Amino acid sequence: MSTGNMNLTLKVWRQKNNNTKGALVDYKLSGISPDMSFLEMFDVLNEQLINTGEEPVVFDHDCREGICGMCSMFINGRPHGPKDLVTTCQLHMRSFKDGDTIVVEPWRAAAFPVVKDLTVDRSAFDRVISAGGFISVNTGNAQDANNLPIPKMQADAAFEAAACIGCGACVATCKNASAMLFVSAKISQLALLPQGQPERYRRVQSMVAQMDAEGFGNCTNTGACEAECPKGISLENIARMNRDFATAKFISEETV
Amino acid sequence: MSGFGNALSSSIGKKFIMGITGLFLILFLVVHAGINSLIFLDDNGLKFNIGAHFMATNWIIRAGEYILFVGLLVHIFQALRLTIQNRKARPERYAVNDGNANSKWYSRSMGLLGTLLLIFLVIHLKDFWVVSRFTGIPTVDANGHEDLYAVMREKFQDPVRVAAYVLLMISLCYHLLHGFASAFQTMGWNHSKYNGIIKSVGVWYAIIISIVFALMPIAVYTHLID
Repeated sequence: MSTGNMNLTLKVWRQKNNNTKGALVDYKLSGISPDMSFLEMFDVLNEQLINTGEEPVVFDHDCREGICGMCSMFINGRPHGPKDLVTTCQLHMRSFKDGDTIVVEPWRAAAFPVVKDLTVDRSAFDRVISAGGFISVNTGNAQDANNLPIPKMQADAAFEAAACIGCGACVATCKNASAMLFVSAKISQLALLPQGQPERYRRVQSMVAQMDAEGFGNCTNTGACEAECPKGISLENIARMNRDFATAKFISEETV
Repeated sequence: MSGFGNALSSSIGKKFIMGITGLFLILFLVVHAGINSLIFLDDNGLKFNIGAHFMATNWIIRAGEYILFVGLLVHIFQALRLTIQNRKARPERYAVNDGNANSKWYSRSMGLLGTLLLIFLVIHLKDFWVVSRFTGIPTVDANGHEDLYAVMREKFQDPVRVAAYVLLMISLCYHLLHGFASAFQTMGWNHSKYNGIIKSVGVWYAIIISIVFALMPIAVYTHLID
């Protein structure tokens, strides 16, 4: 299936499971097309490994169009590789040169234990969402949308926060493995809309508490998360979360 | 009410403490740089000694000194705690990590820059604070005030000390370059109409404060002022 002319050296993190130590293993690939996506290049590698009787590299992927948030490779020192605003599956081999050596590692964080090779367990994010990243509504017919006027700016900001796909690149790149960009996006998408108001201050307290319990690090405002986020989630969300947290803890009379 | 301790020990609460103590120290530096700039009047330190005398005798300032030390210690210990926690959050480091692609080196090196500043503080407090508060300033000036300016002149005859002070002011500059705007972001003061102002005020603040402080040993050593 390889129809190109790129020759590459891959250094891929191989790790049997979370209890064993991993290491970078070198693989040579030839005939890679610059039109292939990064994951298709990995498909070629895996075919080659299967043909030689070796175990293929395990990596997460699903939609391969940048919306599901499953792909998660740390490529040459950057999550999702060298391009801005793309996920690994949207990265193409034309972003590399013939003869390049590419180092591929899994997300590294205590809260994201390695399952195998490049796959990590990101269920910590799910638990943060279950802690409060929802709105409670009564069943029945949805009310008329026009009953809830939302200023355009507010709706846009909520939409931009909601663009977060939960891939974990923010945690992966943060020097402290902090999850604040993710958590703040998930808080903001609801805090900005009328439907999110009744549980707004309860939500921020529960989700931050869960984030801390999962063992993510603390934010030091380096801005690396915003720079690496494939969906361009803004640091404004972290400031909003901090404001809401302060309001919840020091002003609101409701305790969680 | 039990929520306060809980709030301050959470990840965001710890950030608040770093931010508030940081902003407090930023204000202190303005006062410190302002009073010390009196040496540039080149009046043989007379005005500077008046300032130093006021700072040493005014009871509000003396009480403030205790708050300053508490703020400083909280800033240091909280930073230490955060650093240890953050290290634990990533037990296995990356083989390749291109930090410069997404952030400034000094924003990732606040711990290192802060440690250098701590070393500076130990030297600096021993040079001046211990002398003025405990061991005593040996001479008086023409106004009859304790001559702290003479102590300064004597200390800054040593080229090694002058070089150390100047180099460590560079680390102060980078520490503030990140710290100023970062404190605002931490406190949630992020607003599209003010972000530009906060950023530029922070940059100018860091540069001006560091240059003013660095000029003091240089001016004394080179006899720009006498």
